[in-house]
Amino acid sequence: MADPMKIRAAMAGDKVEVRVLMSHEMETGQRKDKKGVPIPAWFIQNVTATHNGKTVLSAEWGPAVSKNPFLSFRFSGGKPGDKVIITWTDNKGDKRTDEATIG
Amino acid sequence: MDTSRRQVLKGTGGMAVMGLAVAAGLFKPGSAWAQDGWNKAAFATKSLNDTVKAMGGGSAMESKDIQINSPDIAENGAVVPFTISSKIPKTEQVALLVEKNPNALAASFNIPAGTEPWVNTRVKMGQTSNIIALVKADGKFYYTTKEVKVTLGGCGG
Repeated sequence: MADPMKIRAAMAGDKVEVRVLMSHEMETGQRKDKKGVPIPAWFIQNVTATHNGKTVLSAEWGPAVSKNPFLSFRFSGGKPGDKVIITWTDNKGDKRTDEATIG
Repeated sequence: MDTSRRQVLKGTGGMAVMGLAVAAGLFKPGSAWAQDGWNKAAFATKSLNDTVKAMGGGSAMESKDIQINSPDIAENGAVVPFTISSKIPKTEQVALLVEKNPNALAASFNIPAGTEPWVNTRVKMGQTSNIIALVKADGKFYYTTKEVKVTLGGCGG
């Protein structure tokens, strides 16, 4: 199981700004190790963010997203105390879900 | 007699399987999309036009209503921050492409109603390249480009 995400959700005017830092290698599959053997690709493919059961953002990523990915977005309709739930799935089928309370 | 016939059968059987695999890989990108929610075909493309096609569009129009915020010169290509925003009404999808990366498409975001067409993320760049922000709004595709210079590539070993 991967390390937890760091999620911050805060009101920015009438919107909620969410900032997520995920812990993931994001290996491209283009690199080779010291023996010249290609390192298999290992990266987050899907990210979904929900608020009160409604999807507020979904993303598809390729291996070009940086290691330990950072993502920030804004949505309306949230209020302090609400929860934002983020889930990612990588190309090996590993999953991680974390949540944050809007502050 | 019999053995050679079997070999021929084996041979053609193998060819047919190969043909099927090619057809599945190249001509049915839609099925891969439906299976796991990840547009495999789009992430294998090398250019803007191919990406738009893999996303189900025809061609993309250049638009001044899309903004890319990023450094003009990235010292470290492994981590280049980007903010993409769109002022086009009914923006439903925002994607980021790096033209000279091995595969152009880096990330794609679906923007449901109520979510601002504004995303901030960090991507890898192998070398100095044009960055393309692709936006799907009301079923149509729009794009804008910006060149980002990279002094140290992000895809080396």
